Amino acid sequence: MVQYFHSVKLDREACKGCTNCIKRCPTEAIRVREGKAVILEERCIDCGECIRICPNHAKSALTDPFTRLGDFAHRIALPAPSFYGQFRPETPPEAFLQALLKIGFDDVYEVPYAAEAVSQAIRRYMEEHRYRRPLISSACPAVVRLLQVRFPELLEQVIPVESPMEVAAYLAKDKASADLGLEKKKIGAFFISPCAAKVTAVKQPVGRAESNVDGAFAMAAVYGEVLKHLGRGSAKRPPRRIRAGGLGIGWGRAGGENVAIGKGSLLAVDGIHSVIAVLEEVEKGRLHDVDYLEAQACIGGCIGGPLAVENPFVARVRMKNLSEQSGQKGFQFSADELANWYDQGLLTMSKKVAARPVMQLDKDLQQAITMTGTLERTVGELPGLDCGSCGSPSCRTLAEDIVRGVAFETDCVFKLRDRVQVLAQEVLELARKVPPAMGQKGPNANQGQGGASGQSPPGAVDGSPSGGQGR
Amino acid sequence: MSEQSSPPGVPQASLQLAYPVRGLDFSSAGEAAGRIKRALQQIGVPSAVIRRAAIVAYEAEMNIVIHARQGTLRASISPGRIELIAEDEGPGIADIEQAMQEGFSTAPDHIREMGFGAGMGLSNIKRCSSQMTIVSDVGRGTKVTAILTGW
Ligand code: SF4
Ligand code: SF4
Repeated sequence: MVQYFHSVKLDREACKGCTNCIKRCPTEAIRVREGKAVILEERCIDCGECIRICPNHAKSALTDPFTRLGDFAHRIALPAPSFYGQFRPETPPEAFLQALLKIGFDDVYEVPYAAEAVSQAIRRYMEEHRYRRPLISSACPAVVRLLQVRFPELLEQVIPVESPMEVAAYLAKDKASADLGLEKKKIGAFFISPCAAKVTAVKQPVGRAESNVDGAFAMAAVYGEVLKHLGRGSAKRPPRRIRAGGLGIGWGRAGGENVAIGKGSLLAVDGIHSVIAVLEEVEKGRLHDVDYLEAQACIGGCIGGPLAVENPFVARVRMKNLSEQSGQKGFQFSADELANWYDQGLLTMSKKVAARPVMQLDKDLQQAITMTGTLERTVGELPGLDCGSCGSPSCRTLAEDIVRGVAFETDCVFKLRDRVQVLAQEVLELARKVPPAMGQKGPNANQGQGGASGQSPPGAVDGSPSGGQGR
Repeated sequence: MSEQSSPPGVPQASLQLAYPVRGLDFSSAGEAAGRIKRALQQIGVPSAVIRRAAIVAYEAEMNIVIHARQGTLRASISPGRIELIAEDEGPGIADIEQAMQEGFSTAPDHIREMGFGAGMGLSNIKRCSSQMTIVSDVGRGTKVTAILTGW
């Protein structure tokens, strides 16, 4: 069995077993067992939906501690495009990027800058490959993992272009190593992440053997540190010029990737549940007219990431303004440079994204067919209320858990009540079976008494206030 | 109208699924196909086959929704073989050969305006299945059978 790394973690102490998260999970990866949530590792895609929904803050994203910086001689910060939307308009990018240098980084390499190279690579790939449409963006790792788990048949449409984060890390280390004459392994590149999914993409990438990124910090944590240093003291270095243009910065919000690609019939969808709905359309073969699908797990795009600080709507307008100020016209690097990177394979994935066949009930086909039959029958016998009280997200998933042998039908509270009722009836009947020696007249002596049989005395139940009683 | 589902020879596990489909019910259109797809995933049918089966099931379901009063979408699954049957009570198809042509449609305008009934349904089913048969009785209904084998 494959070992999965997951950034999304549960704090068992804090969890109250309220079942809120199980119903929100897009891959049905959570159960409540013995009063606590349990994450099924092979199904979890680290989208962070449960982090957002949990009223008890029992779910969180595991990120790297700042002490990881100590492992490297030269430390480069890789701020995600969404980072640019976290600050007030009075704080220009020059200022917050500069502040990164005061909190332990030696340099900054802007991920939105790399995003511009990626946009161009996507364009080129689309032109050169007129295969099945739409091609699906690979930038959001939660969406890529969603495809692995729930839409494996669409994986071949995932564009094998690397994410801006990977490209930024590669280019940053390459440059630093050339400029400083340092070995690459002494250079650490750290992503400032809006989400758990990106952390997982660093620890366990799917499109390559190993990530170029050495660690990921929570955007919220970095934000806190940066705030302390904004506008304080004089910088050791001259203020940084920002390199990223508006098109790259725009990647941080929903639709920005498509704006940067700028050519073709482009569809953008955000929010994991909406993404699922659109992928279902692709699956039915209904979106042939779309060339490219930008799909992001978070509502609003990465600015809506669970580790972002600013309200995503506020962040969106900030990004828009910044994007416009920085210019939307062209890209910041030369065509030659880009062609070079592309031809060297720096911008494309080196590994195929493989399916995660977690839905399959059994490896043996015959057995799986029989089990699916049992599952369908079991679903039919459950009440269909999808209440979640059993600890599984829906009646269907409970049926699946029963068939897999990890749950019982009586985990369903309604089934349990039915069973208890039958049992109680039997107990009652047994209790009434008084031996004849004790004066029982006959087997039917008790009928019509006790109210439960519905033969109430006239007038008592039909509630008519007048009449009927005048006997 | 007999439903032959289990092939002769070695007894093999097989699964029968049946879902009612209502005409013009666009709000739940696609649900039956979705359930069939889910069952195929749980069985562990290869992705490439699921992809084809999903399109066949969806198009067959939409045919009922667009053209008929009501019908049933059925799936019969055994190792190496998926049979999808869409049977409806509808107007029937007078000229099957013509109906099979890409772009030929008898769907009324208001349905085409919704983006359905572009006349690709039957040809899509044919393209995605190993074998397809249509039996139609004008004024009574249509039965489309698509078989996906070789996996
Ligand atoms: S939402 Fe999930 S993790 Fe949070 S308390 Fe409820 S069951 Fe536990
Ligand atoms: S949309 Fe962005 S922030 Fe949200 S999971 Fe995907 S990559 Fe992370």
